[in-house]
Amino acid sequence: MGVYPDIVVEAKNLVKSYNGIPAVKGINFVIRARECVGFLGPNGAGKSTTVKMIYCFLPITAGELYVLGLDARRHQRSIKSQVGVVAQEDNLDPELTVKENLLLYASYFDLPGRVAQQRAEELMNFIDLKDKASTPVEELSGGMKRRLAIARALLNNPKLLILDEPTTGLDPEARRLIWEKLCQLKERGVTLLLTTHYMEEAAYLCDRILIMDEGQILAEGSPGELVNKYIGKEVIELAPVQEAQAEKLVAALASKVLGYQLVGETLFLYSNNGRSIWQDISGRHRYLRHQILRPATLEDVFLKLTGRGLTK
Amino acid sequence: MRLEISHRTWKVFWRNFVVFRKTWLANIMFNFVEPLLYLGAMGLGLGAYVPSIEGLTYLQFIAPGIIASSAMWATASECTYDSFTRMHYQKIYHALVVTPISLEEIVLGELLFGTFKGVLYGTVILLVEAALGLILSPLSLLIPLVLALSCFTFAELSMIWTGLVPKIDTFSYYFTLIITPMFLFSGVFFPVQAMPSFARGLAFSSPLYHTVELVRPLALGQATSTAWLHILWLVGFSVLFFYPPIYLFKHRLLK
Ligand SMILES: Nc1ncnc2c1ncn2[C@@H]1O[C@H](COP(=O)(O)OP(=O)(O)OP(=O)(O)O)[C@@H](O)[C@H]1O
Ligand SMILES: [Mg+2]
Repeated sequence: MGVYPDIVVEAKNLVKSYNGIPAVKGINFVIRARECVGFLGPNGAGKSTTVKMIYCFLPITAGELYVLGLDARRHQRSIKSQVGVVAQEDNLDPELTVKENLLLYASYFDLPGRVAQQRAEELMNFIDLKDKASTPVEELSGGMKRRLAIARALLNNPKLLILDEPTTGLDPEARRLIWEKLCQLKERGVTLLLTTHYMEEAAYLCDRILIMDEGQILAEGSPGELVNKYIGKEVIELAPVQEAQAEKLVAALASKVLGYQLVGETLFLYSNNGRSIWQDISGRHRYLRHQILRPATLEDVFLKLTGRGLTK
Repeated sequence: MRLEISHRTWKVFWRNFVVFRKTWLANIMFNFVEPLLYLGAMGLGLGAYVPSIEGLTYLQFIAPGIIASSAMWATASECTYDSFTRMHYQKIYHALVVTPISLEEIVLGELLFGTFKGVLYGTVILLVEAALGLILSPLSLLIPLVLALSCFTFAELSMIWTGLVPKIDTFSYYFTLIITPMFLFSGVFFPVQAMPSFARGLAFSSPLYHTVELVRPLALGQATSTAWLHILWLVGFSVLFFYPPIYLFKHRLLK
């Protein structure tokens, strides 16, 4: 893989505005070599905007951004030649076959013909599309297209692979297949940066997660750290609960509850001692339609940090 | 503003060419039907009532203009509907611009490919007309060169529109307001000298007029002393309109 700097991406007070309207509002982060980092955030949080600045599609409004040690304001060509990109929206050449797509894309990176052929064969093997080599892209399933997009992004042996929602719209099996491929890339030492709306995906793949909302980074850490820090060990879900009722309930359990969140009519109680709360509640509130006790997950962190409801 | 333009422009051209190679049989046939219909209907039908123009039969008179106008139509549709589809629906520009290719190179590659299509279609019409005995001079071998220059101007005009329009439907305005009037009033079907002076003024500002004025003498083997003026006009137009499409696409895609 050659030598590359330990810090693959560094953003300092990075800002992006569209016609004066800020979409990314001065964020700071670092991505290290061989890490897999995930950006999580609701629609419109600024995830795509951030990664598009990293892969030099969007000009930076303010702040600093270094990719592979190069200034993203000045060395676009050089950065683009060392980065692999899977954009949020499919952009393969639909009229061409799988193999033609790969060979053509290889030419954009000035790969000589022989090398391009070899890379294309290797990558078709890697993504299990060998037997589809002469199938036009138009005839591929959504999952196959996404795998082809990943293969295409690997043609130039990128040091950093950026994937904007790589599994959105795919069925669970197609999604697992992509996870498997990404894990293999991770083992080979490729630095991965992905955005996703799927918590299991982030928890499964990412060493570190950045949660974004409204153009800012709200939290950062490994999936386990985030869950421990913001939620605790367990979560109790109760529904339906009204706001006044929720406040009363929480006040009564104050000593045992670490925090809570009301999303619509569902109350989430966070605790390190869920069992004891559960016993308190389940005796008294049998009329609730929905009550469960379960381990805390990343989704709880996400809802707590980006939710708009009553929270603490 | 510095322009990032290198040999990579040809990669964009080549990309379109590879796709064109797959689909050309299906596409190319229908594009040739229309000019030949004009040639038949106007040249033979209307021509029966037109005694002669500038010493030529009506069919001979319009034949060179049809070469120029088919080239214009081919370039204009490539750089509007097809370019817009690549940009907006297929997101091909997005796929290209994340590789070492720059947006300037994408736009220039599109202009060159649109030019190529115009030259190709115009040249096929030229060959058909030659087979029909309508091309009188070996000087007509120079026609594809003239078409290359003028199709570049049509490509620029079309890409400006493509850089501006919000939706694909809006292209019908471009064809109704710009391409069709150029087609009708640029001396393809009648000499512009016959028109009122303001209309003549408009004709002079149309690249198609200057193209027709170059193509017709070449097809007929008539030497003209004004050819260099038309060439100069087309070159000037190409230079003047080179940057606007690049500017518009940069603002559209990379805001
Ligand atoms: N080309 C654009 N022009 C104007 N505003 C834009 C443009 N692209 C994004 N925005 C705005 O910037 C903000 C962030 O958008 P962005 O696409 O980065 O969000 P996201 O986190 O990727 O969302 P999603 O999960 O829906 O993909 C949104 O408010 C969006 O409306
Ligand atoms: Mg997005």
